Amino acid sequence: MAETTHPEPNYIGVFWWLLILTILEIAVVYTPIAKMVIAVMLVTLAVTKAALVAMYFMHLKFERRTLALVALSPFVLCVFLILMLTPDIFPH
Amino acid sequence: MSEAAAIHAGVEPQESPLTPESWGKLGMWLFLAGDAMSFGCLIVGYGILRHASANWPVPKDVLGINLTAFMTFLLIVSSVTMVLSLSAIQKHDMARFKKFLGLTILGGLIFLGCQAYEWTHLITERLPEVGLSFSTHLFATTFFILTGFHGMHVTGGVIYNSCVLAAVTRGRYEAKHVEIAGLYWHFVDLVWILIFTFVYLL
Repeated sequence: MAETTHPEPNYIGVFWWLLILTILEIAVVYTPIAKMVIAVMLVTLAVTKAALVAMYFMHLKFERRTLALVALSPFVLCVFLILMLTPDIFPH
Repeated sequence: MSEAAAIHAGVEPQESPLTPESWGKLGMWLFLAGDAMSFGCLIVGYGILRHASANWPVPKDVLGINLTAFMTFLLIVSSVTMVLSLSAIQKHDMARFKKFLGLTILGGLIFLGCQAYEWTHLITERLPEVGLSFSTHLFATTFFILTGFHGMHVTGGVIYNSCVLAAVTRGRYEAKHVEIAGLYWHFVDLVWILIFTFVYLL
């Protein structure tokens, strides 16, 4: 079983980042700033955490590029889904 | 031997197009992409129902953030123990592998316990207290469908990891099987990170 050799990621380091980002998320929610700013910051923090888990824990950073396309496709499709549904979102 | 020649000779080619040396890994990634769509559609549906509603309650006022923050931390830690168990078996340190995979399974079980407690508290006390129920508001419906669907995945993951632990102990599975199980478990953690953000915090 031959794997492309690369130094093993610093898993504990990634864990600390995930912990910090989680704490930031909770702090942001309780900060008295505009709702839109909170929303943008939360989405950014969440996507960053998800990317860290995918790149380092799921090893995606060290796999072939095309596998990242497979992994990314649901997110692209969901954004497309949201865009396609926005004309139908009106409070009745 | 070339892939075509290998197939012709009845020998399974070792190279899958996207994941060297492991068809299983490719299979798991494809499954996860589909599963991500399932969760994605539920989350987008939730977002649309919430956005279109005139009187959606503020989630963090109804739901408990403290317990959920702990649950998020727990799943993240279990992802770390999972990847450490993989690292251990790749270095043939079987004692360390068993310890960390055992901790991952334990983390999953505690998460499920917390979720069971959270649900019980919500259903019997909190939701009636704020006048929300399945029959009056979509808040409850979407919450339980999303977190329930995820909880099912955690349950499946706990069972899956337990089977892998047993199979490796019996000498039937090896590092690559642990890697594939790890992909599933990290996916479960990843989805929870998104659910925590969109359902509890936003």
